[in-house]
Order: sequence, then C-alpha cells, then structure tokens
Amino acid sequence: MSLLDVRDLAVSYNGRRAVEGISFTVEPGETVAVVGESGSGKSTTAHAIIGLLPGNATVDQGQILLGDTDLATWSSRRMESVRGVRIGLVPQDPANSLDPVKTIGAQVGEVLRIHRRGDRRTIARRVVDLLTRVGLPEAEALARRYPHELSGGMRQRVLIAIAIALEPSLIIADEPTSALDVTVQRRILDLIDDLRTEFGTAVLLVTHDLGVAADRSDRLVVMKDGRIEEQGPSAAVLADPRAAYTKQLLHDAPALSVREFRTAEPPVREPAIVVRDLVKEFRAGPSAVSRAVDGVSFEVAHGTTHALVGESGSGKTTTARMVVRLTRPTSGTVEIAGAGPGRLFRRHVQLVYQNPYGSLDPRQSVAEIVEEPLRNFRLGDRAARRARVGDLLERVALPKDLLTRKPRELSGGQRQRVAIARALAVEPEVVVLDEAVSALDVTVQAQILDLLEQLQRELGLTYLFISHDLAVVRQISHTVSVMNQGRIVESGSTSQVFTDPGHEYTRELLAAIPEPVR
Amino acid sequence: MNRPKIGLVLAWLVIGVALLWAVVPGVFTGHDPIAGVPAEKLQAPSGQHLFGTDAVGRDLFARVVHGAVHSLSGAFVAVGVGLLLGTLLGLLAGSAGGLLDDAIMRFVDVLLSVPGLLLALTVIILLGPGTVNVAIAVGIGSVAAFARLSRAEVVRVRRTDYVEAAFGSGGRYTTVLRRHVLPNSLGPVIALAALQFGLAILAISTLGFLGYGAEPPTPEWGLLISEGRNYLATSWWLTSLPGAVVVSVVLAAGRISRSLGADLGKDRA
Amino acid sequence: MTRYLLSRVGQAALVLWAAFTAGYILLQLLPGDSVLIKFQNPELGLSPEQIAEIRAYYSGGNPPLVDYLHTLLGFARGSFGYSIDTGTPVVERLAEALPETAKLASAGFLLAVLIALVIAFAAGYSRTSWIRGALLSMPSLFVSVPVFWLGIVLIQVFSFRLGLVPVIGGSPAQQLILPVLTLAVPISAPIAQVLARSIDQVYTQPFVPVVAAKGASRWWILWRHVARNAVLPTLTMAGLTIGELIAGSVVTETVFGRNGIGRLTEQAVNAQDTPVMLAIVVLAATVFVLVNLVIDLLFPVLDPRLEVAA
Repeated sequence: MSLLDVRDLAVSYNGRRAVEGISFTVEPGETVAVVGESGSGKSTTAHAIIGLLPGNATVDQGQILLGDTDLATWSSRRMESVRGVRIGLVPQDPANSLDPVKTIGAQVGEVLRIHRRGDRRTIARRVVDLLTRVGLPEAEALARRYPHELSGGMRQRVLIAIAIALEPSLIIADEPTSALDVTVQRRILDLIDDLRTEFGTAVLLVTHDLGVAADRSDRLVVMKDGRIEEQGPSAAVLADPRAAYTKQLLHDAPALSVREFRTAEPPVREPAIVVRDLVKEFRAGPSAVSRAVDGVSFEVAHGTTHALVGESGSGKTTTARMVVRLTRPTSGTVEIAGAGPGRLFRRHVQLVYQNPYGSLDPRQSVAEIVEEPLRNFRLGDRAARRARVGDLLERVALPKDLLTRKPRELSGGQRQRVAIARALAVEPEVVVLDEAVSALDVTVQAQILDLLEQLQRELGLTYLFISHDLAVVRQISHTVSVMNQGRIVESGSTSQVFTDPGHEYTRELLAAIPEPVR
Repeated sequence: MNRPKIGLVLAWLVIGVALLWAVVPGVFTGHDPIAGVPAEKLQAPSGQHLFGTDAVGRDLFARVVHGAVHSLSGAFVAVGVGLLLGTLLGLLAGSAGGLLDDAIMRFVDVLLSVPGLLLALTVIILLGPGTVNVAIAVGIGSVAAFARLSRAEVVRVRRTDYVEAAFGSGGRYTTVLRRHVLPNSLGPVIALAALQFGLAILAISTLGFLGYGAEPPTPEWGLLISEGRNYLATSWWLTSLPGAVVVSVVLAAGRISRSLGADLGKDRA
Repeated sequence: MTRYLLSRVGQAALVLWAAFTAGYILLQLLPGDSVLIKFQNPELGLSPEQIAEIRAYYSGGNPPLVDYLHTLLGFARGSFGYSIDTGTPVVERLAEALPETAKLASAGFLLAVLIALVIAFAAGYSRTSWIRGALLSMPSLFVSVPVFWLGIVLIQVFSFRLGLVPVIGGSPAQQLILPVLTLAVPISAPIAQVLARSIDQVYTQPFVPVVAAKGASRWWILWRHVARNAVLPTLTMAGLTIGELIAGSVVTETVFGRNGIGRLTEQAVNAQDTPVMLAIVVLAATVFVLVNLVIDLLFPVLDPRLEVAA
C-alpha cells in the first residue's frame, strides 16, 4: 500500500476551481517532486494534504489517503493529531516562518509539548538532540536564542528539526530552498536527503525549480494551471518528456539546457564601462564601519554583457547602484564613455529593477510610464513622443492596447517589458539589469532573456547584468565577475569561468547548480 | 465583489441628507427652529412633531435640521485647518528630511502630548467662545494627526523603487515630487480627512455641550443635547434623538473614510 | 541600551519643556491682558490705576523673559503659581481635584482594555463571518458616540428607566459605575481596532501555518503566538489613547457632576484663569509623555528583535 494516495482531488477558492483531477501516490521513503510555475496549484495541493488550506478554500472532491485513512473527510480538529505526528512541514520562507518573539528552543520543543511527549526536562534534552542532528553547532546555547539572530540557512535547519521531531512518515517540503543562496540551498537539500534515508521518511518536494526537482526526486509530477500535465519516474520524464509543457519547461530552464557560450568580438574601441577600485563603506554602529564593496575593478566592452554574480551580501547590488550613480562610492571611480554630467548621465545609463511592480508608479498608465523619460528630457513634442512610445512598446513586443492599463492590470512579464521600454526610451548605451529576471517564472524568464539578447544585437547596447543565478548568467553574459564578501574573486570570459574555474568559491558555486541532463 | 455595499450606500445617504439639511433646511421642515408654540411644549414624538417638542414648544426636528449648518460648516472649517496646516507640515518634514524634519516632528509631538480637548479649550481662552473659534480650535487639535500621517506617507513613497526609477529617468526633484510622491501620498490623507470630519462634528458638539460654542437659542447639536438634560426623567427624546443624529453622521463619515482608504490602498505596491 | 534609554528620556524631557513653553506663550504671554478684560468690566468700577496695580500684581511686573524663567523654575519645583479666580495656590486646587479624576481615569482605562480584549479575541477566534463582522464593527460605533451623550443615555436607561443605579446618593462605588462605563466605551474603540487588526495581520504571517503544522489547536495558536505578537502595536495605541482618556474624564465629570480636573478645567476656562489652565495642560502633557515613555522603554523587553536595534 502506498504511504500517500491522492485520488482525483479538486480544491476551490471562493467557489473557483484552483486544482482539479489531481491523482498521484507517494511510496514510503521516496521523494516525489511536484513541479510547476506560480499559479500551477502545486502549493494548494500540498496544503490540502496537511489540511492547512486558507479559510476561503474548500476541498470539493477526491480522497487523500494516508495509509488507510481518508484525510479529506477529517475535520480541522481531528487533523491536529496528524500534523507534526504523521506529516511534517518544511515551509517556504525561513525568514518569517519562526515566531520572532519566542526562542528557538521553545519553538522546537513546542511540537513535543503539543503532543505531550515528556516533561519539561526530557523535552529540553530532545530539543538539543534535534538541533544537533540537523547540523547546528552549540545546540544548547542556540536553543536560547531568537530567530532574528540566525542566518537563513540556520533557520531552515531549525524548521527541519521541527518537521522531523516526531519522526513523521511524510514530510512536505514547500519550496524549502527558494529563498536561500545556492550554496546553502545545496546543503539543506543534502540534509533532507540524509534524514530521509536515516528515518525512512517520504518527502513530497514542492518546487518551481525543475533543476532541483530533477536532481533530488525519484518521481516527478508536473503541474500547470491546476492540473497534472505529466508524471512518472524523474529520469524517464526528463529524458523523454511527453507533454508539450514539460518540453518547454526543460527548454526554458537555464540549468537544464546547455547552450553555446556567448563570445564577444575582440573590443575595437575603448571599453563602455571602466570601474576602478570601487569601495563602499556603511556605518554599522556608533564606531564600526562595514565594507559592502571592497576594491572592485572591472571593464565592460561595448555591445557586450558583463555579469556580476554572487550570493546575497556579496556587494553586487551596491556595486551596480554605484555604477548608475544612485549610491555615492566611498572611494574609487566609475567611468562610462560618453556619459554626460549631472542629469544628462541618465540619458546614457539606465537601470532595470528586480521587482517590476515596485519600480512602476501604480497610478500611472503604461503610456505615461514609458513617456516619462522623454518628458523629463523634453524630447519631441506631444505627437512625436506618442509615436515613440508606440515604437518602444513594439520593440518590447507588447500589444498597443496595453497603453492605457495600470501596472496592477499586467502580468509579471508584461511589467518587466514596460520597465525595459522605459529604460530604452532615451536611447541609452548602457543598461544595468539588477536581478531583472529573478522574480519571473522560467518560461517568462526565457522570453525576457531572449528579448534582451535581441535588443542588444539591434541597438548595440552594453549590459551590466547583476544576478545570483549562475545558470542564467551562463546563458546571457559574455564576461563574468564572481563576487564574494565585497570583493571580486574571479573574472574572465563566461566560458573560461564556467569550464575552468580558478577560485575555490567559484567551484563551490558551480557545484551547487544541478547537473545539466542533456 | 462588485455587489454594492449596503452600509456604504447608507453612509453616503446619511451624509447627503445632512448636507441638504445644512443647505436647504426649509425643504425638510416647515416648523420654526427658534420660535416655539408654548401650548405644544414637551410633546413626545408624533406625526406632527417627528422628534417631539422642547420645553418652550419648539419643534425638535426643525431645530436639528436647522442645526446641521452649524455642525457641518464648523466641521469643514476644522478639517480645512487641520488638513492644510497638518499636511503642509508633514509634507515639508517628509520631503526635506534632516534637521527641519526633526524640528517639525518634535513640534508635532508637543501637539500630540496635549489632549485635543484641552488644546481646544486653550485656544478658546485665547480667542473666546463662538462657532468659528471652536471650529478653529478643533482643527488645530487635528494638525498632529494629519502631519504624522502625511509625513509617514511621503517617507514611505520616497523609499519606493518607482520614485528612484523616476530620478533614474532624468526627473528633477520638484517634478518627481509633484508627479509621483504627492499623488501617491495623498490617498491615505484624504481618507483621514473623511474620518476627521466625523471626529470634528463630535468635538464641536462636545464644546457646544460644554457651552463654548454657539449662543443659546442657536440650534447647535451639542447645545440641543445640553438643553435637554434638564428633562431627562420626563422627556427622553430631547437628548436621545439629537444624539442619535450625531452618531449616525459620525458613523457615516467613518464608514466613508474606510472605503476611501481601501480604494486608494488598492494602488499601493 | 543605556544610549537608547538616555535618548528616550531626553526626548521626553524636551517635549515636556516645549509643551510648557508653548502653553506659557499661549496662556500667559499673549492674553496678558485677559486680566484687564475681566477687571475692565465697568460694573466693577475700577480706576485705570487700580487695574495697573492688579496687572502688576499678577505678572509680577517683570519683563516677559524673566517672568517665563521664573514660572518655568516654579513648575520644575512643583509650584504652579496662584489662581486668578480664587487667589489660592494652583497646587492646592490641583491636589483637591486630582484623586477623583485619577480614580475615574484608571478604572475607565482598565475597563476599556478589558472591552477591547474581549472584542478583539472573540473576533480573532470566531470563524463565523457575521459574528466576526458584528464584533469588528463595534469599535467604529464606539468612537462615533459623543461621550457626553453616552453618559446622558446611560443615566436615562440605568437610573431612570431601570432604576439600577441611584441618580443621587449611593455608595462611592455605585457612583463610579456609570462614569467609568461612559469613559471606557470610546477609549476601548481604538485599542480594540488596533488589536483586532494586528491579530488579523499576524495570522497572515508565514510562521502561523508552521505552528499549525505542529498540530497546535486554534486556541493554542491564537493565545501563544498570535496574541503575543499582536500586543506590541496595541501597546503603542493604548499609549496614544491617554490624551483621549484625560479629555474624556473632563467631559464625563461635567456630565455626572463629579468634582475633579474636569470641573476645575471648566471653571478655569469660564474665569479665564490662565495659571490654572496652564498647570492643567502641563499636567496632562506630563502624564501623556510619561506613559508613552514607559511603553517605549518596555518595547525592547517585549520584542527581542528591538534589543539589538536599541
């Protein structure tokens, strides 16, 4: 008998179907990955199993058989005896998944207290055991600390300790690593794998990252728009995808499709961007100073893409902000050939943000947003500006009827296209892209990356591309600088850095991306 | 979702009727609010006298209808004073930052530390009682609320990516302030204005009740309730009905304020 | 930590000083002739010389700055000058009035907190949407009721209709019931509103489903996690209601004919007794600033995240 057997499950929010016809099984001790983009219904499915759907959701039909009990028919109160005991949960967002005003020890011990496993002393001992088991040092001292004193990776380990505390037969891991840096991500996934083998626990891994799913699962369930597109053994699905959607996902996922490296023509003129010994210090306290950027230098040739890659806190974003003159460097220089002084600088250099929704004024229409730079620089009369806005929209492949829409009426991909159109309005030569595709689903991400490549070819743009995602960087950039703790540890052509990394940190980063399968 | 909300429709209806009372009281009642008919004194509510009559035989409904103009215009003046002074201070503090910001906000802290009623009474000692003075006094009491909110909004909007992006597309300081910061900051301030309108009616009627507003025979709402106190045991309508009118108008203003806040909040990123 | 403490205390002192100065300018300096207005009344039949004498007596005849420093020093020492109306020291009049008001205000505040807790927790626990809706609309009703009118209606219902509470006479406790209720209802509204909203907001935090996934019951989640986190913004709001509490006490005392700061304020305004009014304003500001200072200092204790920041 399967450990978990979901049969023909359907869930609605406020009467509107979110998922439908969901059937799959999980065998004891195996890892099943549910893969899909945002809105695919993968999280809804996972939450239905553990009975944690929000108040406006209802399970319309189907069975959720855990062993031989049908959880779909159980009341919320009855489910309390299942949660934590037979099903554990590893949540998505370690930063906010622990109660900020309670100690780590109290929160790990809580699951034992709720299910009355021993007195205060036994629980305290067990908490230390659990924290040690998930690889946290000095568990006893750690138990007395608060969540904000821990790093993201440590918090996720604490959350795993909570999930395994009562040795449940199933752990639901809902995007357990998407908020973490790649190197941390790999260690957390390794830990989950270890625990699975040790306790024989099955894992239901919910993820948007096909690379992670391919790497870690025995079987794959691919979801789209609330339905299952395809399922089967992971290796078989990846080698020979049946559904058109799976094929597209495989094609678009940067980690899984090996493409030719982009190589730049040898530079014919002076470089477009020259950064020399850039330093940025922030005050970290009354007398302490921290160096966010510590002596960074690089050059970018005209018409090429240079990537700054690194994990959170590496200083890559601060560097980018100094390049676009939104942050003043403590010392060092940024030279951009042909860029004017003061406000004229903005005609030459433009920035595209990570979160397109945040960077568009919610009260403006698309037309107003794209026209704004033209108005600022008084480029053309009203009619000329309107024509130019039409051209720009066409360039970024947006239909004209979006002109009157507000940002909130657009999809994520459309918003980022609007932001790109705005950046191109003043015909800049340098565009700095700060994690510009990180917030997008893979299929949308692939389209925007294609658009950026096309614009570069047509307009001869120079890109400075900031990213934490090595697979994306590998695909789009000609040259790369790898940053760690405010310094550049390695620089070179993309093919050289990826195939023959010279620095230990670069090797570690590369090892963390899942192996390409074809 | 698009179903009309009954509470909100009712709230606009209440405010609409109150405004009409203030503008064209004659349409709603034929009785004289000042001259009474002594023979008809202290009558309970009836078809003839909707809210009953008072101790000198004046129709209470007529007095409430004719009183609307005092309470509403007072509330308008009060909100105007608070909105103008408060928002100006808040915008200045939020967009200038630095020392000026600190100075303005400490001043606002001082305003906040003195209870509104005592502040109003202080202003009345200074200016003397009277309808307009009471309205100004109440308005000064709400300066702190407007200043804090508008400053917080300006600071919030200034930190958004879209304001930075506006500078990034070559916008000048004043252009960005006018085109992005102000429109996106003012939504919650407008919602607060609606709320303060209700609270101003409350404060004005309180001061009227204490005897610092309009002079007696003027049918100001707080004064009406105050006059009815002497007949508590026998004539419940003299205090209850005018009070119920005040509660409905204040409640309606609060409901409208919440809906404004929700509508304007939709655009927030 | 000490830096935080010192800067907060310093800030509080600064606000108090500024409040005193503003009050002094408004009440002593600008209406310096308020005495004149009163004594110029022809019915009193005073000669200009006599008026000048009176004026010199009250302002001490000193230049404004000296007088200001003199008054400031007096306030710092706890001496608030003399009442224009009765000629007695302001301190005496305040000491007479304060205990009654303190009793009323503290009882009213406690009841307000109780009402707010009941409304917010019942709304947070309830899953029936109409019950929730009804509970959550109570605060907006409560703030819309004029304090003086609520007092009158309560007297009407409980004393005249039901005869439960005597209008005159009765024990001190009995006399306190209706005023306390009158005061508590409007004060409870903002506290209930903020608490209910924070509870809703904490419920949307990702850590709540994690606690639920441990097998915790609804009550366990609400009491041990949600309430604990929601209390912080509520405390801030409770501090801000202190001003309302003082103002509400003034009105309530007038309605119920109780002696206290309210009665004193009324007398001071009617008699344009500016020294008394200045003392009352400064006293109210002091209470407000002190209560909010205590709350500020309490914050790092309740929220471990602030300990570092502080």
